[in-house]
Amino acid sequence: MNTTILLFLLQDGITNGAIYALLGLALVLVFAVTRVILIPQGEFITFGALTYATLSAGQFPGTVRLAVAMGIVAFGFDLFAGRKALHARLVVRALAVNILFPLALLAATLLVAGRHNSIPVNIALSLLIVAAIGLFLYRIAFQPIAHTSVLVLLIASVGCHLALQGFGLVFFGAEGQRGPTVSDAAVTLGQLRFTGQSLAVYGITIALIAALWLFFGFTVTGKALRATAVNRLGARLVGIRTSLSGQIAFLLASVIGAISGILIVPITTLYYDTGFMIGLKGFVAAIIGGLVSYPLTAVAALVVGSVEAFSSFYASNFKEVIVFTLILPVLVLRSLAAPAVEEEKD
Amino acid sequence: MTQRLFPILIFATTMALIPFIPGMPPFWIVLLDNIGLAALVAMGLVLLTGVGGLTSFGQAAFCGFGAYTTAVLTTAYGVSPWLTLPLSLVVSGVAAVLLGLVTVRLSGHYLPLGTIAWGIALFYLFSKLEVLGRNDGISAIPPLSIGTFKMLDPGTIYYAIWIAVIVCALLTMNLLDSRTGRAIRALRRGHIAAEAFGVQTARAKLLVFIYAAVLAGLSGWLYAHFQRAANPTPFGPQAGIEYLFIAVVGGAGYVWGGVLGAGIVVILKEILQSYLPMVFGGQGQLEIIVFGILLVTLLHLAPGGVWPWLMARLPFKARRPHPDRSLKLAARERPAAPQDMLLRVDNARKQFGGVVAVNNVSFEVKAREIVALIGPNGAGKSTTFNLITGVLGATSGHISVLGKSVDKAPPQEVVKLGIARTFQHVKLVPDMTVLENVAIGAHLRGHAGAISSMFRLDRADEAKLLAEAARQIERVGLGDQIDQLAGSLSLGQQRIVEIARALCVDPMLLLLDEPAAGLRHMEKQRLAALLRQLRDGGMSVLLVEHDMGFVMDLADRIVVLDFGTKIAEGTPSAIKSNPDVIKAYLGAAA
Repeated sequence: MNTTILLFLLQDGITNGAIYALLGLALVLVFAVTRVILIPQGEFITFGALTYATLSAGQFPGTVRLAVAMGIVAFGFDLFAGRKALHARLVVRALAVNILFPLALLAATLLVAGRHNSIPVNIALSLLIVAAIGLFLYRIAFQPIAHTSVLVLLIASVGCHLALQGFGLVFFGAEGQRGPTVSDAAVTLGQLRFTGQSLAVYGITIALIAALWLFFGFTVTGKALRATAVNRLGARLVGIRTSLSGQIAFLLASVIGAISGILIVPITTLYYDTGFMIGLKGFVAAIIGGLVSYPLTAVAALVVGSVEAFSSFYASNFKEVIVFTLILPVLVLRSLAAPAVEEEKD
Repeated sequence: MTQRLFPILIFATTMALIPFIPGMPPFWIVLLDNIGLAALVAMGLVLLTGVGGLTSFGQAAFCGFGAYTTAVLTTAYGVSPWLTLPLSLVVSGVAAVLLGLVTVRLSGHYLPLGTIAWGIALFYLFSKLEVLGRNDGISAIPPLSIGTFKMLDPGTIYYAIWIAVIVCALLTMNLLDSRTGRAIRALRRGHIAAEAFGVQTARAKLLVFIYAAVLAGLSGWLYAHFQRAANPTPFGPQAGIEYLFIAVVGGAGYVWGGVLGAGIVVILKEILQSYLPMVFGGQGQLEIIVFGILLVTLLHLAPGGVWPWLMARLPFKARRPHPDRSLKLAARERPAAPQDMLLRVDNARKQFGGVVAVNNVSFEVKAREIVALIGPNGAGKSTTFNLITGVLGATSGHISVLGKSVDKAPPQEVVKLGIARTFQHVKLVPDMTVLENVAIGAHLRGHAGAISSMFRLDRADEAKLLAEAARQIERVGLGDQIDQLAGSLSLGQQRIVEIARALCVDPMLLLLDEPAAGLRHMEKQRLAALLRQLRDGGMSVLLVEHDMGFVMDLADRIVVLDFGTKIAEGTPSAIKSNPDVIKAYLGAAA
């Protein structure tokens, strides 16, 4: 192997790894706060990426209609849950979040769709649409069963994944799509050429990790989320609205997923079902990080990305086998270091 | 016996007659075949996930091991399909041992995630290996045949599939209703309680993992000869997810829930696939959307699954047979000469990081003696119990039982020496009856293994265990509650159930952690009387308790701990007037 190939593979691995790191972080975040293992993360990726690509191609993305429909259902759930004490404030809030917000998105999409827009407008709109879907997904599917076991939540999560993937096929068709790059600039450093896109991947990953760190370390909302993660009941007793924490976690996760999607759709062609596999590689990183540690997850994601790059070069047939087998030695290590005292279950 | 088998007999007869219904569309038989194949896998998952608490997304991969084993052997080497059956099961089982050693020790959510990962890895391995025909798989697999009769059409292999389903359901139910079954059912509630009565939890987990994999392998073997082809798709992650669905939809804790869930999911998918395009036009995978939404809705409405929901609506309830109380278990061999020193704790110390929970504590428990361990909250009493019973290892110091060191002994070994315990936070299995919970205490006094339980060769052994459990339940005064679910009793009664469970060990030393908490006055008096009676019968008792009236009345000797350190030891009257003890409990005089 010569140095050029080595460096090239490493660069490729780090770019992929940065994306996995983002996804791994989102998974850790959602699991810690809601105990939901977020299988639909993959759909957030594809929805973000393909909404962006569709908008850039001058077409109308179906996802915004889904957001409006889910908003209406969520509104119904909010009213039903609050039926014993329907304050005007509650109704207005529910109306604003669940009805007006997606309707505004629909209006904005109708306004810009079919025209040639600047990239930032398309990105912002795609992010908002996926954020709305993520928020409503928690409200509809998970909030009513937030108290049940991890297994029930996991199965519900799989159900959401299936339904959303089906919607993805309806909205975007079976054809793959690519989106325009964020930046066409390129920097050459020695033998390596860094495209603007890959630089954007690094920059945004680092910025998001820093932002998450600041959010969880230094804001009241972030601390409330952490408190919910440690003890749901305790958090409720001190006045934290745990349902709101769950909604925020899903909102963040869906935005992170959509950002990842928008970052990779100029690099690789995405299909309606590609997100699932990408999301699962984020999982591998998150599991290596033990579902609790953000820095470890980020490092693990870089390892996963690099292993993937090298194995696709040397044993491309067995790329997926290798990436997913990577988890086994980690599991062995974790089982050797199993905790001495059990946690109370159920 | 008849009550147990009667519904199964009716079910078997119904299934046997279905193909003879005139005008039965052949397509329905295919559906029933598919239901049977899925039910086999789901049944394994019921045991693994619903009963044992180990969630696996990877069962489809085990089907793959079963299917590919027979596919390769019958096509490339011309081996008879019946000969490949045991091989398919063995290959699935061996794969389960290897993966299980890695995965089953993981707690909580690591396990399902781990199974997703190796499930996907195996799927890609199936689709890339040359010998397995890569993505195209292996075709032209010979059909099952008996003599010259070949099971070519779905109507004939139907019988092979459903005989397998019914036999496996029977074996699984037998297994659950046994000594091993109780150990498996206790797994879901954590391992400490089960281990305190000698259950090898790691081994029990591996056992259910292998059992579920072998059932999946059987399903895969049948599938290969039913489709007469094997390709990677039905063994991929989507299928693995679907099997878990089936188990959860049907009712993950119930053997027949797996069969019912298979019926619901397979038929629902078929209906959605054939009728939805007619209603909505042919675009996209609408059935997947509706399927996903229905699933989430179902979880909102009945998180426990459909089977228990149905059973709760049956007009009649199954009666439970009563154990024959005259059967006796062999009593523990006690040292011939009454040994004076039963338990010796010598300078035991336990540190958690910088916190010294137990600080060089020494005390002894003699034969026929009730010793109380008291002290304010956080004094290290429960930690001392955990050190004695092997749940925690001491940082330094020695603990010996009858002169035998138990410093390094795991809980399963300590209980063999005749030390039984109860827990401060009750650790019963709430969805098992009082009788079944208490019978776990007698785990080490039975010998029947999993295989003999499956074939009901364990009945003599089992009857003795249940008789012993029933006797101990009556001894502690809960005879009327014997068939109630443990979770439905009051907290005080649950503590008494724990005492009965500990008595089933036939212990020499009983460790009771706050036995009187939550009891009413009369109940406390009855408990005290019981403990005195046990002592007079030759047992020793070491108890942690906060009710001073109870302790002072009952104990022969009291050891007082404060902040992990022993501050006093003596008779109740001496302890009552000890200034250090008064200071620890009430603070220094102003």
